[in-house]
Amino acid sequence: MSTADLPVSPIQAAPLVRVGALRWARENLFNSWYNALLTVLGLALIGFVAVKFVGWGLIDAVWSGPASACGDDKGACWAVIGEKGRFILFGRYAYEEQWRPLLFLILFVGLVGVSTIRRFWGARLGVAWIVGLVVMGVLMWGGVLGLRYVSHEDWGGLPITVILAVTACTFGFPFGILLALGRRSRLPAIRAVSVGYIELVRGVPLITVLFMAAVMFPLFLPPGMNFDKLLRTVIAMIMFSGAYIAEVVRGGLQALPRGQYEAADALGLSYWQKTPLIILPQALRLVIPGLVNTFIATFKDTSLVIIIGIFDLLFGAKTALNDPVWRAYYIEVYLFVALIYFCFCFFMSRYSQSLERELQKSARR
Amino acid sequence: MTDVARPGRAKTAIWNDRDFRAVVAQVVTVGLIVAVIGYLVHNTLTNLAARHIATGFGFLRGEAGFGISESVIEFSPASSYLRALVVGLLNTLKIAILGIVLATIWGTLIGIARLSSNWLIRQLTSWYVEVFRNTPLLLQLFLWYLVVQTLPAARQALHPIPGVFISQKGLMYPVLEPDPAHLWMAGLFLIGIALAWGWAKRAKAHQMATGQIRPVLLPALGMIIGLPLIGWLVAGAPLAVEMPVLRGFNFAGGGAISPELVALLFGLVMYTASYIAEIVRAGILAVPRGQTEAARALGLPSGRILRLVVLPQALRVMVPLITSQYLNLTKNSSLAVAIGFPDLMSVTNTTINQTGQAVEAIALAMAVYLSISLAISLFMNWYNKRIRLIER
Repeated sequence: MSTADLPVSPIQAAPLVRVGALRWARENLFNSWYNALLTVLGLALIGFVAVKFVGWGLIDAVWSGPASACGDDKGACWAVIGEKGRFILFGRYAYEEQWRPLLFLILFVGLVGVSTIRRFWGARLGVAWIVGLVVMGVLMWGGVLGLRYVSHEDWGGLPITVILAVTACTFGFPFGILLALGRRSRLPAIRAVSVGYIELVRGVPLITVLFMAAVMFPLFLPPGMNFDKLLRTVIAMIMFSGAYIAEVVRGGLQALPRGQYEAADALGLSYWQKTPLIILPQALRLVIPGLVNTFIATFKDTSLVIIIGIFDLLFGAKTALNDPVWRAYYIEVYLFVALIYFCFCFFMSRYSQSLERELQKSARR
Repeated sequence: MTDVARPGRAKTAIWNDRDFRAVVAQVVTVGLIVAVIGYLVHNTLTNLAARHIATGFGFLRGEAGFGISESVIEFSPASSYLRALVVGLLNTLKIAILGIVLATIWGTLIGIARLSSNWLIRQLTSWYVEVFRNTPLLLQLFLWYLVVQTLPAARQALHPIPGVFISQKGLMYPVLEPDPAHLWMAGLFLIGIALAWGWAKRAKAHQMATGQIRPVLLPALGMIIGLPLIGWLVAGAPLAVEMPVLRGFNFAGGGAISPELVALLFGLVMYTASYIAEIVRAGILAVPRGQTEAARALGLPSGRILRLVVLPQALRVMVPLITSQYLNLTKNSSLAVAIGFPDLMSVTNTTINQTGQAVEAIALAMAVYLSISLAISLFMNWYNKRIRLIER
């Protein structure tokens, strides 16, 4: 039998459920009876939430105007953000001067944005940060260049959250490195001190450390000397984040192959030569994702300062809600604040993930 | 005799000697730290004396003079500060234990759902994790607390199942009326656990010796649940239940969970579960694919693959990470102070406000939290050692 005798059937298109969107749905949504059930339940949940939220947050919402405009509780009252938004973001900062903290935030976000691009990592970025920080300080305090002086006791809202998080991380970082090196030291006394400090701080809640800053630090100074409340809080945050950063850095120090330490010793480098030149650059590179995670945690932890009465973003939201006229619209206010926190933290976590992928790629080569 | 240089260690100047330097470095460091601490203590004592604040722990025996809204043990304003702090500690432990159990269950479910073959479920759970991880816990707690307060008043309480009421006053549920049979049932329950443990051990020995698998789960459950059940039936099945009843503006009778506890527990569990979910997911992903495939090639059913091959290996990755989440949950429970649940930290806060003895009270609170953390670490380290891979 030759091939020509075979019955020829016309080429058929693949069944509809085997191609395109339907195939995808079949494989990813309905590949078994319980997955089909879960899909239906999930869709129902999404539908329910979407209908509820669109109705509440968009269709029936009131976007501007006085509190009386959103009398019924059918829709969201986004007018509260228009009314209280600037207070939540900038606190008691002089109203007509609030472009200054705004510029501060824009400058900060811009600098962070530039710093995320690895091509720019280098000495010039460091210079840019120093210049930027000086400009930011001038903007916030003023008192020069014709800017009105604003005491830091009148700062509040998002700038305070950012300042607390950034100072806690930048000063906590070298402190953490020292602690981690101390924990790995061959000198028993230094090791004991480092281990004791790290474990003590990591074993207690941040609140206890903040309480200590609020009520115990003033007692530490010689009589007559005063101690700024914001500064005390910053010190407590540094003390706290340092211990956590130390544990992350220690992971990097331990993960570094022993040969690196031995090679540095064989070259005759002293401890203080090999550590900054050979050990730390490699060890820190290994733990960048862990460090970013610690920074995210620190950023979220700054919200705890509300308990000792520092005016941060969350404090702004809570104080705004003390206004009896707007008190009913707490969900709108908290959603607004949560969105701000989310944007910062989500960006950082995505960045850490992309860095992790990139570093893994270069490690595999 | 002539002067011949002896072979051996070359003479170095003492300040270049490694051991000498080490000693000096340590003495200087410790000396500095001791000096700083001494200076701070001296200042503190001077300041305290100037402000006429008493020192020492004598205040613990004084009358507290404030009420505590909920307590595991008996407490009245006439009780001592020490008792108040113990009440706070017990409340903290209650939150921590409940939170750890619930967060583990919920987090494991979410973590497994994150690996589902269902695209929609994967997306939903991953957004859950992102939202809860990337906003501060304190903000979530404030929101939950306000939401709990907008629940209907006691008179219009939600009533999902008979005997359970959800309202502004918290969660009310029926409790069994105490009966002598309960004591017997508790005893039988313990005996059941012991028997089940023995049975599991013998089944394992039998499997090791012969390779035959004896059923363990069902007989064990039968012993643990069945024995108390038999005891209950023998005692005449006492079924007197105390129902919460609406009286005036609140409920009386039955058990109650306060709105603060509901908000705190809910917030802690939702938040911590989002972390545990990521750990569970990473742990399962960390088991090489070949392990599952090899187990399947051996003909193991999928349930047994999960239980005997994947989970033991995944647990090894997960346990240290989950331990730190348990520690975080316990430490985060101190945020109760922000929404008014009387945990250790808020009782400490009240104590400081009333006595002014901040140093002692904070030191005490820190010591207690540290001990709880250490206890959890020790337990989890013991567990970790048990499940560790024994190589060669």
